[in-house]
Amino acid sequence: MKLIVIMLSAIFVNNFVLSRFLGICPFLGVSKKVETALGMGLAVTFVMALASVMTWMVQYFILVKLGIAYLQTAAFILVIAGLVQFVEMVLKKTSPTLYQALGVYLPLITTNCAVLGVAILNIESNYNLVETLINGVGGALGFTLAIVLFAGVRERLETSPYPKALDGFPIALITASLLSIAFFGFSGLL
Amino acid sequence: MINDLLWPIVTLGGLAILFGIVLAYASKKFAVEADPKVEEVRFALPGANCGGCGYAGCDALADAIVKGEALVNACPVGGAELAKKVAEIMGVTADETERMVARVICGGDCDNAKEKYEYQGILDCKAAEMLAGGSKSCRFGCTGLGTCVRVCPFDAIHVVNGVAVVDDEKCTACKKCIEACPKHIIELVPISRQVRVLCKNTDKGKAVVEVCKVGCIGCQKCVKACQFDAMTFENNLTKIDYSKCTNCMVCAEVCPTKTIYADFTNRKKAFIDEEECIGCTICKKTCKFEAIEGELKQKHKVLEDKCTGCGQCAIKCPKKCIEMK
Repeated sequence: MKLIVIMLSAIFVNNFVLSRFLGICPFLGVSKKVETALGMGLAVTFVMALASVMTWMVQYFILVKLGIAYLQTAAFILVIAGLVQFVEMVLKKTSPTLYQALGVYLPLITTNCAVLGVAILNIESNYNLVETLINGVGGALGFTLAIVLFAGVRERLETSPYPKALDGFPIALITASLLSIAFFGFSGLL
Repeated sequence: MINDLLWPIVTLGGLAILFGIVLAYASKKFAVEADPKVEEVRFALPGANCGGCGYAGCDALADAIVKGEALVNACPVGGAELAKKVAEIMGVTADETERMVARVICGGDCDNAKEKYEYQGILDCKAAEMLAGGSKSCRFGCTGLGTCVRVCPFDAIHVVNGVAVVDDEKCTACKKCIEACPKHIIELVPISRQVRVLCKNTDKGKAVVEVCKVGCIGCQKCVKACQFDAMTFENNLTKIDYSKCTNCMVCAEVCPTKTIYADFTNRKKAFIDEEECIGCTICKKTCKFEAIEGELKQKHKVLEDKCTGCGQCAIKCPKKCIEMK
């Protein structure tokens, strides 16, 4: 039961983009088309799930044991960057199709603060390994949901009349804020 | 105290070294054999992954260029310099195929062509085209509202006195202006061809004179004057066959309306190196303009005022002692 709560909470209530405001850069940058947004979401899901588990292990098996848990942030960034590079190489060799599909988004995720955010939140919430994995996957699914919804709205916006002064990022930011307000409606869910 | 410093350094350093080793191993183990050209092209590209070319990042573009799906100048950021570099990597140098540049085929600037009406609409050729084919009296001429200027990614085309003019240095022959021009008067020509017929008007002579001072009136003087059969006359309009044209510029000299433009300041002249000349008279026989004199076994001489710079003598000279400069 606790696992379901963690999952739903990560996807809807504490949505990384729309409630916690993490990972805004790719959210605005790669959301012009639903297709590419979905690609980005998939890549993030992949990396977030792996990074959650890896950083959890680094935290409890290395940092806590040595009593240097305050190095969390630096160590996690190192782990995530190394992991993304490694995953990219493996994918290129073993699954060129998936590599093609994720394309340039995979290396971009290295600097996605949502990935670092989920890793640190896992530790702060004292999750065990399974809960960490669920939280990571849930958070990434929430990110995917948000970016795909947002891309859908932006695609419609292309053909809709709105004041010319708002062209480009202004209208995107207004849309994002409306979407964020909508997601606050989930706050009483759990 | 020393432990407080040591452990963090050892741990972070150790992690970094571990990841470094793993990545180094992985890069060998999972290396994908790729066309080395892709890597070279990728290295030459800016690497900003801006997507300006229409591909998902520089890697994708490098791939497309090597596969032949994209042109060597597809990157709008790198400009002409990058295009040159990429062309070198791909082995398509200027020597193999002569560099092409776009040319606007119209000489009807504000002084030469009249206005039909006062156009006050959107400053765009396509918009003006819908209003009775634009405001210029000649329906074949350049509208001069700069639609081509705006699509050019290299800043190589500008409207000068009502007619678009291409800057040969900056033009990369990307064809964007050719696609954008609603009048279809921009064409690609080899850069060395300095003679051009600047008119697209296929109307009869009288109708042309009424709308433009420099329109082709179809007198065919250039066709008769051309010694190399390079001028063709079709649809009341004369055209240069660049495969036959020798840049002699005679057509431009005889054109009564000055429709044919030639860069007279860069006109070449033949020079005979008299040390080497054996007096074979081949150049004299070759010259179609009687610009070379001299008897058999004697040194030949070029009459400068008659020489047109066609360069035929230099091609035929058995001693290769004629130079064009």
